[in-house]
Amino acid sequence: MKTGHPATYDEVKKIHPLFFNIMKRRYWWFALSLLVLIPGMISLFMQGLNLGIDFKGGSMLDITFNKPVTQAAITDTMKSVGLEGPVQLANGDTSALIRTEALEEEKRNELLAALETNVAEYDKNSLGDDKVGPAMGQELTRNALWALLIAMGLMIVYITIRFQFVFAISAIIALLHDVLIVVGAFSLLQWEIDSTFVAAILTVFGYSINDTVIIFDRIRENEAKMKRADSYEDMADKSVWQTMRRSINTSLTVLIALLSIFVFGGQSTKLFSLAMLIGVFIGAYSSIFIASPILLEIKQRMRKSRKGGKAVRT
Amino acid sequence: MRRGNIIKLVALVLLVVAAVALSIKPLMDPEKGILLGLDLRGGVHLVLQAEPNEDGTPITNDDIDKAKAIIEKRVNDLGVSEPIVQSDYDKKRIVIDLAGVTDPDKAVDILKTTAKLTFRDPQGNIVLEGDDLKDAKGGQGQASGYVVNLSFSSEGAKKFGELTTQLIGQKLGVYLDEDLLTNPTVNTPILNGQAEITGYATLEEAANDAVLMRSGSLPVSMSIAEKRQVGASLGVDSLNKSIYAGAYGVIFIFLFMLIFYRVPGAVANFSLFVYALIVLWIFWMFRVVLTLPGIAGFILSVGMAVDFNIIIYERVKEEIRAGKSLRAGVESGFSRAFITVIDAHVTTLIAAITLFYFGTGAIQGFALTLGIGIIVTLFTGITFTRQVLRWVVGANQKMNTTWFGVRRDA
Repeated sequence: MKTGHPATYDEVKKIHPLFFNIMKRRYWWFALSLLVLIPGMISLFMQGLNLGIDFKGGSMLDITFNKPVTQAAITDTMKSVGLEGPVQLANGDTSALIRTEALEEEKRNELLAALETNVAEYDKNSLGDDKVGPAMGQELTRNALWALLIAMGLMIVYITIRFQFVFAISAIIALLHDVLIVVGAFSLLQWEIDSTFVAAILTVFGYSINDTVIIFDRIRENEAKMKRADSYEDMADKSVWQTMRRSINTSLTVLIALLSIFVFGGQSTKLFSLAMLIGVFIGAYSSIFIASPILLEIKQRMRKSRKGGKAVRT
Repeated sequence: MRRGNIIKLVALVLLVVAAVALSIKPLMDPEKGILLGLDLRGGVHLVLQAEPNEDGTPITNDDIDKAKAIIEKRVNDLGVSEPIVQSDYDKKRIVIDLAGVTDPDKAVDILKTTAKLTFRDPQGNIVLEGDDLKDAKGGQGQASGYVVNLSFSSEGAKKFGELTTQLIGQKLGVYLDEDLLTNPTVNTPILNGQAEITGYATLEEAANDAVLMRSGSLPVSMSIAEKRQVGASLGVDSLNKSIYAGAYGVIFIFLFMLIFYRVPGAVANFSLFVYALIVLWIFWMFRVVLTLPGIAGFILSVGMAVDFNIIIYERVKEEIRAGKSLRAGVESGFSRAFITVIDAHVTTLIAAITLFYFGTGAIQGFALTLGIGIIVTLFTGITFTRQVLRWVVGANQKMNTTWFGVRRDA
């Protein structure tokens, strides 16, 4: 009894007032996830993502004027120097976010001067000015895809070494589920994505597997103690419930941190923290309701085929 | 035993409080403290791309090196405290980071003119190239007004001598790419390689032209592939917001841990101070530049740092429920949960490392702080938190198990 925790399935059931059999209802969770996933995927194929200048290339000017301005005044001024693009006003119409093609320095100065004379004076010290050439944008997309692939490969290797290949596959499926839901949500709502979105996705990638590993670790431990007649389903369900509190609490603390960044943090970390909020939340859900049931599903099928198709007591 | 542990704990608390108090000043020092990125204090980030040569000759690493040296010289003329100029041979790029530059517009203005310097005759033929120019300086003229003094390399001096002999009385245009910089008239043949361009109204004007001339002689022409310009007050605004976000995040996490885990929660919160202190000193030591995404990474890592405690405390609870004593529970809880924690954190670390390797700029800052955070979490968890928890448990042998939030029914 060196490594403790001899709790039986029944004991675990008793401790949790809200207990319900998660594993038995696994097809419900799969259906629920598909219900959330499919609209996002359709949107992704139909309208794609709202790519920011980091991906497409272009210029983005964040200008704070000394008095409220109108969108029309800015758009007209842009037209007068031969430019067009969306304008977003904020802070009581005193600050404007202008997006347009990648501007050469001369053109940019011309635009700023025109805005100064036609619209209002602006605060030079509060000026934000981003320009990304189209080649840089392509590079970012390429690097992002490579990073995702390599991170995924490394995680499969790590989990296979520490657990089993089946665990790695289940974890990666859950992970793709999380990432696709976040990307789908951003596509559906057409929120603009920038380079920090890539960072958010990759962090979701790393963190949501963190949750999964906590549960898998318990399954690994309980699996080793299983007797021949024990049901894998009960064991998996027990493991999920045994780790329920820590799954929820670890995600909660991270969500608290992200929520503070989202609410109080600067503009440029808003969408980043939003993507991660969704990702970590879904990640916590999928660790319990997707990763472990998938693992169970694969394990059961493996057992069945090993026993020559004879039914296994579940 | 009991008193000894209490004394140790009190001493430790005092020690940490003192360490925090003593660290604030050196870490926050605007000069020598933790470096802030340009998105937090204003500045410019530029990526200059070498344009392929018109005649199709490949751009060599040597070209990039030369261009980098010239740009460094220009940057130094701007008087920025810690400029970063890096070259990327693979992609034929030069990356420039100027944090805290007072007039970013002017900086871009001076840096963007990375064009080729040429001297042209009135017909527009290139008669001399910028490579032959050794130096150009603004100064007071011998007669009146201000001048730019040019000095040529020995070969350049020879060519310039022939040139000025031929073109006497005519205009000799000085061009940066296709832009005419100045168009002086040749008065006398200049054979010693020391020329003077007169007619500047102010010293500043002359000095500006001189900067452009001496550094205009880039071996390749370059264009701005990427620019991130942040005004100073915009940066300060972002910094303040990040500090607020961090403060609120930490307060809520503290409350959460206290409510859910009572005494061990307090130990976790206490460890968090040590954690933050170690991370910030590492930033300071390795001159990590803190950016907005970097701070986000740090706040996030605080949220993840308590994960360690949660995983271990939940395990300890299980051990106690199973009938172990508090002390035995802490010991076996720690040693078993440690494996879980390592497995869980390694995956996040893999993500951080991949991000750092593939990312640029802001993303790298995020990956770096996140990665450092994870490693320090593991370190403080195993060493500090564990020891403090042992002392706390040892301080009261009969300590109620409800301190861990475990209700033991009879």
